[in-house]
Amino acid sequence: MFLQQLINGLTLGSVYALIALGYTMVYGILELINFAHGEIYMLGAYLGIILLGFFTAIGLTSQSLSLSIILTLILTIIFCSSYGFTIEKIAYKPLRRSPRLSPLISAIGVSIFLQNYVMLTQGATDKVFSSIFGNAGFDFLSTRITYLQLAIILVSAVIMLLLHAFILKTKTGKAMRAVAQDKTMASLLGINIDTVISATFIIGSGLAAIAGVMVAMYYGLVNYYIGYTAGIKAFTAAVLGGIGSVPGAMLGGVILGLAESLGASYILREYIEYKDAFAFIILITILLAKPEGLLGKTSEEKI
Amino acid sequence: MPEKTWNHKKYLMPVIIALWFSFLFLPFKGIKAAILLFVILTFAIPLLKYALNLIKKIHLPADTFRGYVPSDKRYFFLLLVPLMTAPFFAEDYIIDVVINSGIYIILALGLNIVVGFAGLLNLGFVAFYAIGAYSYALINTKLGLGFWSAMPVSVLLTMLSGFLLAVPALRLRGDYLALVTLGFGEIVRLVLNNWDSFTKGPNGISGIMPPYIFNISLGKLSYYYYLVLIFVVISVFVIRRVHDSKTGRAWISLREDEIASSAMGINTTLYKLYSFAFGSFWAGLAGCLFAAKMRFISPESFSFMESVLILCMVILGGLGSIAGVVIGAVILVFLPEALRGVETYRMLAMGCGMVLLMVFRPQGLFGGKNVSIGS
Amino acid sequence: MSLLEVKALSKHFGGIRAIEEITFNTRSGIILSIIGPNGAGKTTLFNCLTGFLRPTKGSVVFSEKEISYLSADKINLLGISRTFQNIRLFKEMTVIENVMVAQHSKIRSGFLSAVIRSSNFKEEERIAKERSFEYLELLGIEAYAEKISGSLPYGAQRKLEIARALATEATLILLDEPTAGMNPQETDEMMARIKNLRELGKTIILIEHDMKVVMGISDRIIVLDHGVKIAEGVPYDIKNNPMVIEAYLGRETH
Repeated sequence: MFLQQLINGLTLGSVYALIALGYTMVYGILELINFAHGEIYMLGAYLGIILLGFFTAIGLTSQSLSLSIILTLILTIIFCSSYGFTIEKIAYKPLRRSPRLSPLISAIGVSIFLQNYVMLTQGATDKVFSSIFGNAGFDFLSTRITYLQLAIILVSAVIMLLLHAFILKTKTGKAMRAVAQDKTMASLLGINIDTVISATFIIGSGLAAIAGVMVAMYYGLVNYYIGYTAGIKAFTAAVLGGIGSVPGAMLGGVILGLAESLGASYILREYIEYKDAFAFIILITILLAKPEGLLGKTSEEKI
Repeated sequence: MPEKTWNHKKYLMPVIIALWFSFLFLPFKGIKAAILLFVILTFAIPLLKYALNLIKKIHLPADTFRGYVPSDKRYFFLLLVPLMTAPFFAEDYIIDVVINSGIYIILALGLNIVVGFAGLLNLGFVAFYAIGAYSYALINTKLGLGFWSAMPVSVLLTMLSGFLLAVPALRLRGDYLALVTLGFGEIVRLVLNNWDSFTKGPNGISGIMPPYIFNISLGKLSYYYYLVLIFVVISVFVIRRVHDSKTGRAWISLREDEIASSAMGINTTLYKLYSFAFGSFWAGLAGCLFAAKMRFISPESFSFMESVLILCMVILGGLGSIAGVVIGAVILVFLPEALRGVETYRMLAMGCGMVLLMVFRPQGLFGGKNVSIGS
Repeated sequence: MSLLEVKALSKHFGGIRAIEEITFNTRSGIILSIIGPNGAGKTTLFNCLTGFLRPTKGSVVFSEKEISYLSADKINLLGISRTFQNIRLFKEMTVIENVMVAQHSKIRSGFLSAVIRSSNFKEEERIAKERSFEYLELLGIEAYAEKISGSLPYGAQRKLEIARALATEATLILLDEPTAGMNPQETDEMMARIKNLRELGKTIILIEHDMKVVMGISDRIIVLDHGVKIAEGVPYDIKNNPMVIEAYLGRETH
């Protein structure tokens, strides 16, 4: 039982971590809570189901399952990155010099728009996709671990390591860190701020896309409002780890996933109808008690 | 030679943009719809550009709309005449919508105190509306108290809840505060939805009594209209006067520059608290009026989208401008009624509208030139 | 008797010692200037004196009251007011409203009398407005009274900030580089206005870069370098102090 919840929590946590990275990267660079990021994840989940359905319809899935999954992932990443890129150009870029809360309101607008866009084009009901994986897996210490769970955890871990290396080693990654620290200085040093911001949105959206596809395969079901809750949870994870900190987002995601799955099955069983409130309560508690998070830094306002 | 490439770009750009958006659209509606969108956009974009250029050429003065809002007090009484006589010639349906806009005006004016005056973004304002409505409903149905005794109690309870939320939350910076209020709103809704024994959960509370004056029920639409009208006038009157006092100046100084404000001897935390409490006061009143009008309330009426709607009323009219907020509320109540045929696109349009407003006119239709939100 | 006594005041940011063990006194009714190269800790000292930063160590006694642990608004109410290096006006408010905000604590009538517009309230508002206007006249910007303050020319904005600081009716005024960005003519005018404030009985602590200004109007000068006080005295002594020339003036004049 415990081990089972541990595995479930890790799976969930990896997904939260992937989404949280998008929040934390954007916040690190623009100091903006990208409210629409949860919707990118929702779009990714929809695209995952639509594309897998498409590949099943043309018979690719039955011929080569792995090829169709890889194709789905790549296409979803391309689409979601394009969405992220476009949203930034339309809704955030013109507001870069505005007061902090203007882009936040704009982001809420984008979020509402995307939710309703999906609802109108895909219908208000759940979109179901009969799982092609079933319950395939293995038993370990009398605990069922599905291959899909294992894949989600492993893929997330690998991607996060790659991202970490990307930020530390590559030119774009270094530019990102420079912009996050001091925008004016970075631009004086010849870093193109616009390119860096675009890259941030593209990478963040790509990560959310991967999370979306994996969740779609895991649950076999999506609807247009999953982005809101998932977004809040992932944001909570980012704040928990320390917003702006990439390792923090990973840590926060895993902790939140574990807390949710272990908490729901042990501590808070009687209040299960308040499940969705947990994330908010955790979020509010962290913001009030330790707003800099586990791995974040405090900053004093300049006078 | 450069002339030619420039032309090239001019004709190619719309096609590229159209192609890009059709590509984004493709997976959700299929290839046919995407091609259709491409064709439409290819022609629409140059047209739109042309139209925008035309608008720019007209060269409106900087605060275009503001000039049309009469600032002279005498106009206010002129406005009262049609408002006073409305129930005699308008049909019930219109009166009903007007009552709704009256309730939203009070609500939006309340949020305007927090967001427009003090510059604190509150994304969970609907929670106070809900607390006001539920307090009245519960006091009325469980204790049997009438409107005139239950309403003040409910309003006080709402103020108290505003105070209690504000005490811990106000230490936070702008966007974090926004998230905490958002979370508060959701938690209130979830509690209302799940605490079956007390709030009757998703079924809601029915059998709420309308107000009475000397045994005359104000439940009749035209009577209720006057009740709401009186409260709207009171709210505009009171908020205006508070705005033009040291309290109002302290709030606006907070919005403009918190640090300078505290250097002027203003206890910034205290004034933020006041703005939360005073704002939730009006939300509580609006909640009571809503519950007494509908005679039935359920958690459905108090979702996050409702908070966003109220926020939109405030930013559409113009943050900080009382007249602007009133007009914003009226527009956003009447517009969906006028557009009933395309109701499914309402939220889509609202999301779009929020982005466009922030990008093109962040000060709202009637706001001042540089009124800013937070700092 | 000293109006302000600063004893062994230190402020550390992590490992960085922004100011270290600074001690000085101010008499009432003088102009005290604080000079020093960039990064010497002048603004940090101001922030510690006015409650925007909490000192790491040391004490600040103002009118025989310990104020180092008080918040900015409390310190202001006790009678210390300041301006900011990067002008901080309430940009959307009119000029007169800016100054009226500073009269905040002088207006007694509260919320309810504002709603019913009691005679008391009206009287107080009228007086606050009149006084605010007087402060604008004192700085020579009364012509702008009804303008939106963000639209004022730079020099007038600086003056408005000083008018606003005065309007809190503080006895001690801290001015953070009041002549920054001004041309020589404007600087001369500002110097005259600051001298005028001393005649009105205000005590002024001034952060200033312009040596001509400092030597011309200061009664006393304190020199900071790397967060430490290296000299204190009348302008003549400072001008001839070899340590000061070494640390600061030398670099400025040559």
